[in-house]
Amino acid sequence: MNRALLLLGHVGGVASLTGRTFKETFRSPFETKLLVDQIDSSGIGSWSIAVLTALFTGAVMAMQFAIGLEPYGASLYTGKLVSLGIVKELGPTLTAVLVGGRVGAGYTATIGSMNVTEQVDAIAALGADPVRKLVVPRVLACIIALPLLTILADVVGCFGGMLITMDEVGVTWRFFVDQVIDTLSVGDILHGLGKSVFFGYFIAIIGCYVGLNTRGGTEGVGRSTTTTVVAISITVLVSNFFLTQLFFALASHT
Amino acid sequence: MSTDTSTPVQAQEEPIISFRGVDKAFGEKVIYRNLDLDIYRGEVLTVIGGSGMGKSVMLKMLIGLLQSDSGSIQAFGEEVTTMKGQKLLGMRRRVAMLFQGAALFDSMSVAENIKYPLVEHGWGTPAEQDDRVAEVLEMVGMPGIEDLRPSELSGGMKKRVGLARSIAVKPEVILYDEPTTGLDPLNVRRINGLILRLQEQLGVTSVVVTHDMDSCFTVTDRLAFLHDLKMGFVGSIEQAKAADFPALQEFLQGGRGVLGDEEIAGLAEDGVNQ
Ligand SMILES: Nc1ncnc2c1ncn2[C@@H]1O[C@H](COP(=O)(O)OP(=O)(O)OP(=O)(O)O)[C@@H](O)[C@H]1O
Ligand SMILES: [Mg+2]
Repeated sequence: MNRALLLLGHVGGVASLTGRTFKETFRSPFETKLLVDQIDSSGIGSWSIAVLTALFTGAVMAMQFAIGLEPYGASLYTGKLVSLGIVKELGPTLTAVLVGGRVGAGYTATIGSMNVTEQVDAIAALGADPVRKLVVPRVLACIIALPLLTILADVVGCFGGMLITMDEVGVTWRFFVDQVIDTLSVGDILHGLGKSVFFGYFIAIIGCYVGLNTRGGTEGVGRSTTTTVVAISITVLVSNFFLTQLFFALASHT
Repeated sequence: MSTDTSTPVQAQEEPIISFRGVDKAFGEKVIYRNLDLDIYRGEVLTVIGGSGMGKSVMLKMLIGLLQSDSGSIQAFGEEVTTMKGQKLLGMRRRVAMLFQGAALFDSMSVAENIKYPLVEHGWGTPAEQDDRVAEVLEMVGMPGIEDLRPSELSGGMKKRVGLARSIAVKPEVILYDEPTTGLDPLNVRRINGLILRLQEQLGVTSVVVTHDMDSCFTVTDRLAFLHDLKMGFVGSIEQAKAADFPALQEFLQGGRGVLGDEEIAGLAEDGVNQ
């Protein structure tokens, strides 16, 4: 009961931080430099994690499908299943969980230590707004970077799947690529990218919120960082279930 | 702006800052109950009190970094507790704070740190800002360290850069949160000297939170003693020493005694010349 209330309090806190972030985003002048810095360190700095994860996930999916479908003589469908699975689910979610762990934890560590050393207070005392300086650039950077990283993961994941499919099933790369293009609709791709936009928002807002609420010196920063990684992973995986339903519903209306 | 600081001014003047009936608690933990305090233009008011009793909280409430639960806090005749946007920004330009741990931005150089409030408040052209950075670094006795990073500075240097950053926009009131704690005696003298010099030459009003009784006796016009969730005593050092207030006496005895007038004047000079 107590924990439920606590969780509810945090959800309210995140919602109110979102409101302030939204307001500050549209107040001129726009802080371009801070945004570019964040896209650089959060987005571009995360490409290798996204690539590595996607490559091996695509490969292992292909292996499972190729071998699993063999008894039914359906191995030729491997490309369809791998590409759909990557583009709609694993590309966005795995990227979000892994990049979220890296980037979100980084946000919490940075903002949390600024908070316990009064640097967040100092921003306000010196005439600026901490949400504007710290939260806005991070939220925008993640909302921009996550879909881009997801596209990268989609491509690399399918590539990993292709290598294994060529080997296990014996198809040509031409066949695989044609099959993938044939299978995927624009709607499928948007389904995955749409979810990744939400994941980007969750990663940044949770990372910043936990950072801004960090107390208790360096030990507190350590605890907060752990909290963030767990909170982001759970939020991404659970929200994915509901977002998937939302996007299916949207697709059936258009 | 008055530069006459030798006499207590409360008799003839309205306070520029006042707390009235302020309550503050964090959850169950009560920090203030019915806090009253007046601060007058041009004075140095020292706030003393035990660790964790809420001295930093008081300074933060004064510039709106923390919200009080009830009561009124006024600065320059305006209510701080309900201030927002441009009003709040304007007040923070007039009232600067030196944070307990200096709170320099790790990700920026010394020059960028000091320029931060100048840029945010739209103070002067970039060239004028550079000049001002050099000027305030000179004032805190550390010229030419613009390009260093906070991680390359000692604790005492950080405090002084923090002070330089606070005074960059020429505030009328400076809140010093333990400006001398953890510093070597030489740096203590430097900082005390600077506080006095800002008061004497620029008429700056100062609120100094300190645990260091020597510094307290050196710079203070009036003393406020935080006790039992409010200011248990407010008055001059002489009044404090004469007061029939055991807790306060105990606190005062922690210091080694009052310095002579010449020494105090000497300290002010030292701070300038270092
Ligand atoms: N943002 C906050 N949230 C919760 N509790 C806080 C917060 N800020 C301060 N406190 C608590 O309020 C009390 C007073 O803190 P404050 O920092 O004002 O003490 P202080 O008098 O400045 O002590 P010191 O001399 O050690 O600096 C402490 O118990 C502290 O834990
Ligand atoms: Mg304190």
